[in-house]
Amino acid sequence: MLWVDKHRPRKLDKLILHKDIGANLKKLVEVGDCPHTLFYGPPGAGKKTLIIALLREIYGPGVEKVKVETRPWKIQLPSRKLELELTTCASNYHVEMNPSDVGNNDRYVVQEIIKDMAKSRPLDIKGQRGFKVLILNEVDRLSKEAQHSLRRTMEKYSQACRLVLCCNNVSKVIEPVRSRCLCIRVAAPQKEGIMEMLQYVAKKEGIELPQPLSSRIADASDRNLRRALLMLETCRVAQLPLTDDQPVQLTDWELYIQEVCNDILAEQTPKQLYLVRGKFYELLTNCIPPELILKRLLICLLRKLDDELKHHAAELAALYEHRLQEGQKAIFHLEAFVAKFMNEYKKWSISMYG
Amino acid sequence: MAEAARSSQPWVDKYRPKNVGEVAYQDEVVQTLQRALESANLPHLLFYGPPGTGKTSTALAIARQLFGPELAKSRVMELNASDERGISVVRDKIKSFAATAVGQPVAGYPCPPYKLLILDEADSMTQDAQNALRRTMEAHSKVTRFVFICNYVSRIIEPLASRCAKFRFKPLHGDIMADRITHICTAEGVELVGEAMETLGRVSGGDLRKAITTLQSAVRLRGPRVDGRTLLDVAGAVPEAVVSSLLAACRASTFSKIQEAIADAIADGYPAQQVLVEVQAAVLREAGLRDSQRSQICQALAEADKDLVDGADEFLQLLSVASVTQRVFANTL
Repeated sequence: MLWVDKHRPRKLDKLILHKDIGANLKKLVEVGDCPHTLFYGPPGAGKKTLIIALLREIYGPGVEKVKVETRPWKIQLPSRKLELELTTCASNYHVEMNPSDVGNNDRYVVQEIIKDMAKSRPLDIKGQRGFKVLILNEVDRLSKEAQHSLRRTMEKYSQACRLVLCCNNVSKVIEPVRSRCLCIRVAAPQKEGIMEMLQYVAKKEGIELPQPLSSRIADASDRNLRRALLMLETCRVAQLPLTDDQPVQLTDWELYIQEVCNDILAEQTPKQLYLVRGKFYELLTNCIPPELILKRLLICLLRKLDDELKHHAAELAALYEHRLQEGQKAIFHLEAFVAKFMNEYKKWSISMYG
Repeated sequence: MAEAARSSQPWVDKYRPKNVGEVAYQDEVVQTLQRALESANLPHLLFYGPPGTGKTSTALAIARQLFGPELAKSRVMELNASDERGISVVRDKIKSFAATAVGQPVAGYPCPPYKLLILDEADSMTQDAQNALRRTMEAHSKVTRFVFICNYVSRIIEPLASRCAKFRFKPLHGDIMADRITHICTAEGVELVGEAMETLGRVSGGDLRKAITTLQSAVRLRGPRVDGRTLLDVAGAVPEAVVSSLLAACRASTFSKIQEAIADAIADGYPAQQVLVEVQAAVLREAGLRDSQRSQICQALAEADKDLVDGADEFLQLLSVASVTQRVFANTL
């Protein structure tokens, strides 16, 4: 088991970070009035951990017995019959799913699954709650129609089923849905928090983690705890015992983008652009999302540029990333960014050095 | 179980006005409607105005006052955007409801001889569906009155709008809102500490529903003593400190400062669009800026907002805005 999962706190009182949110959630559960909730925050901030701990607080340890099943859904629409397959992860008390997996048909699935849960209400035995919980991941990728159809459904079936929504980008969740939920912002941990967690995990694993190394891991992780823990585990695999000056291994796609960045700065010619294009293809075929490539590339470039050029680069990146979202083929926009940037860079270097 | 059900009921529903006279602030609307209610003769109605100003509440209150709770079940039909509302529904469901004759009245209420069909969020209906309604409205006007509710009256096709009496609902004033909020606070035993009321007014922007939901979430989360910070947190607003540190970074001369500030704001999970709104307010307040500078910044903000709606990356958009702002401050654009 990965350390990320192995050392994940399972209870609200065992939380190390986000103690204040944990205390508030505990209060909510004690009152017995658990509203619909929406957790939002950057990746690796601890949203999922909080949700799991919340469920455990509500239902007790039984909630950890989950089974993953891929179930076919047959949905009767007024005009046609729809057949879908969707993987859910469920226990006796909750169902977790990723509705954006089914693309455009997500609205029907969400409706159907909520109605299904409302039909089979858990018996009100002592210690059990009268409702089930449906966890929807990545609600920011849910279509607008699906979000609109949630509005009424959330109210209508709130007796039998409470929703826990989870997303990165809360601006993409429509206002009516947000206003029906208790919104909880989960901030990414500060550097000190990450270092504390790293030390905690290292101690549990019985290894010595030198302070400078943990500081460098925390820096490299961009305040993403999951990444930090994965890096720590990679470090351990690379070498034991850990030393102060051990290199922090970046993932290979990041190194590859670093290489692309060096290529761009080394030479600004059509031939070089062709080479870079090949590397972009390599990244894309390895399923690295194009917006991540562009973002990473910009950050790499920014490290090595003059201030005047930084402004240009940042604005260009914003422009082409937007086009990338609108357009169909990512490679065009990535390449356009590089071409435009090379142009700016050349102009600048000629004006500087003649 | 019943107890839990009551406590989890949203306050918005719990404190909905029971009759038309109780609707806050919309005096002209209330007067006209009350006169119409006395004679029990109602035209088709069209309510429009920004969210949280009492449109749906008024419609429901009319239904209640005319028919009473029992008869309302058979005489009133409410459809909103989450129900299927394509052209087929207009043809079948609405038409058949509109065409049925009315039953016996009950004592104690005016019970005029017609039914009420409330179409909430009517501006999200398709043009075709609206067109299909035209004839239905006229053909059955003897036994059915329609109430359209929408935010943007321009999205209702002209033939429908001209068949209705139009009422505009205006955004709520600070003190009127404070009045309702105080009423709810006393009923629920909530105490507002310090500047909580002003904060509530600011984050809601005249939207009473938003104010009430924010208040309820704050109480659920932190207990019955509510202060301004909790409200800001629950409403998802961006604290003053974040915005001012962003602007301070823009005023610095190095690019790395703004990069750090933006990366921190994103990692803290603040929604980018909200950050843009706050930055805009701060830039407008800011002394010592020329108008041309302000307009340049505002243009960058507007473009970033549009891009965010299209699904662009938050970090890159904010970075681009900050880069423009920094150059405007330094007069190098």
